[in-house]
Amino acid sequence: MDDTLHPRFSGNPPVVVEGLENKFGDFAVHEDLSLEVREGEILGVVGGSGTGKSVLMRSIIGLQIPSAGDISVFGRKITGIDPDQDLGVRCRWGVMFQGGALFSTLTVGENVEVPLKKFFPDIDDELRREIARYKVLLSGLPEDAIAKYPSELSGGMKKRAGLARALALDPELLFLDEPTAGLDPIGAAAFDSLTKELKETLGLTVFLITHDLDTLYEICDRVAVLADKQVVAVGTIPELIETGHPWILEYFNGPRGRAALSTHQRGEQG
Amino acid sequence: MDGAAQLSVTEDEAGRIALALEGPLLVSTVGPLDRELNALSQEITAIDLSGVEEIDTIGAWVMCRLAATHEAEITGASPRAKRLLDAVENAGSDAAMTPPRVPVWKRVPEALGELVFDMRAGIIGVVGFLGRVLIGFGSLLRHPGRFPVKAMVHQMELVGVSALPIIGLMSFLIGIVIAQQGAVQLEQFGAEALTVNLVGRITLRELGVLMTAIMVAGRSGSAFAAQIGTMKLTEEVDAMRTIGISPVEVLVIPRILAATFMMVLLGFYASVVAIIGGAVVGQFALGIPFFTFLERIQEVVPTYDLWVGLIKAPVFGLIIGLAGCYHGMRVSGNSEQVGLRTTMAVVSAIFAVIVLDAFFAVFFTEIGWG
Repeated sequence: MDDTLHPRFSGNPPVVVEGLENKFGDFAVHEDLSLEVREGEILGVVGGSGTGKSVLMRSIIGLQIPSAGDISVFGRKITGIDPDQDLGVRCRWGVMFQGGALFSTLTVGENVEVPLKKFFPDIDDELRREIARYKVLLSGLPEDAIAKYPSELSGGMKKRAGLARALALDPELLFLDEPTAGLDPIGAAAFDSLTKELKETLGLTVFLITHDLDTLYEICDRVAVLADKQVVAVGTIPELIETGHPWILEYFNGPRGRAALSTHQRGEQG
Repeated sequence: MDGAAQLSVTEDEAGRIALALEGPLLVSTVGPLDRELNALSQEITAIDLSGVEEIDTIGAWVMCRLAATHEAEITGASPRAKRLLDAVENAGSDAAMTPPRVPVWKRVPEALGELVFDMRAGIIGVVGFLGRVLIGFGSLLRHPGRFPVKAMVHQMELVGVSALPIIGLMSFLIGIVIAQQGAVQLEQFGAEALTVNLVGRITLRELGVLMTAIMVAGRSGSAFAAQIGTMKLTEEVDAMRTIGISPVEVLVIPRILAATFMMVLLGFYASVVAIIGGAVVGQFALGIPFFTFLERIQEVVPTYDLWVGLIKAPVFGLIIGLAGCYHGMRVSGNSEQVGLRTTMAVVSAIFAVIVLDAFFAVFFTEIGWG
């Protein structure tokens, strides 16, 4: 990554999680979990079902109040602040939820306008509409999707519209919750390359929860593995395999893992 | 992030305008700059971005648009700015943000026409559904071993037993209100003693069953629609069909039967509790002792009043169960439909119950049960 291209980088990690603990009743999802997201990387977060990937993301974006631990985003401590209050960093990140989470009474274009209206009311209506339009197109949706309501879109299009809204403010940090789940392989590959392209042009840092091994191989700079209530390892995929953790070995050396690896290698040679 | 971009305009000898920008071109500061740029009336030929240290896609978009409208040339862009300019260059669009609005004089007749067609489809649908239920019932009668006894008992508990407290409270209060308000009016004719007749006849004939039907429609009819609708959405109903289980037999018939049976019991229970409420008012406000009140009820209320209530109750129960299950089975597509169909189930059930109650009132008077 050419740092001179991105003057917005400050040199500090945008997300730092330390000693995080999340409990639901007596059941602990996370215990003493620590994680650092570096500037300008795509960090993939993997883990079996129920290991708390989404809970981790919700904790970082302030929707879930952890039982213990500290979370800082852009150097600002966000733990201990009421989720409905302005955290002061909301205009610097974008979040794409699994199903898109679009506002169902607004069209796709109006959905993208919402954060612009909220944070920068001094932008003229005309300019705001133009921005919303090109954000939608930039997310890979056709022009006629702008005036459509979420109920008229397919699952994949909803995800793209959700991405457009997440990108509305040109955030520095982008959270993606299973962006390729439920997409066909062609759509998933297109979404992957879109994520990578956006990251490179806009200088994004991406926190990406996924089950998709192809996504991990193709676009993630590092992968964090959630198991045993903690982040057991963070690194590139070869580094992860070297740790010899049984779950990681099963994950990457299973039939699907090997298939994704060979696709990736073929892609690199071609 | 602070400080807007500075704009400087220079004019060369040939009268061409060159624009130079300095400072950050970001979403947070672009609002005022955009207005300033729109206010420029001269023709611009060149835009110099060498003084721009920070830029995001929104800044790039504003520059791109400016360059396009004036056919100007962008110079001095940093590699990053160049990249962003390229990224947004082809993304322009003038598509509308909202679908075109249909004018009122077209929209209203259209909605009205759709309503009529929907009503026609609704009536055909309900009749068809009733037919399916009857066929399912017939096949259950031929194979009594398949009868979903457990599901029916469970539904009876939900519809009947769990509703006892709320229906009891409601009926008790209604009994009190009828007795108290009735006594005030009857007192003017010196006929306070007739309060007993009023309470006994009106609760057994009309209010006990009617109020119970409204309560059951709100409590259980909505639950039927929501439960079955959710099952339709999660493809549970389809899964049943593929295994060879009839959803009508397993889901619909137990609910309809439970509602039908329980309405009889709940209606009777509600009438009795309302009479007790009236008797309490008699004891404390009218000077009629509690047990005298109950004895008088036996004397002044003809037995057919009880039959009127008990004949109406299962019909109302059937309608409530049918409406709930029908709308539940009609759910398709998204979760919004569940809410919509639940509302429709309750509204149509209550509407049908009240209309039918009017017919019953006329009918029973005509046959001499007045």
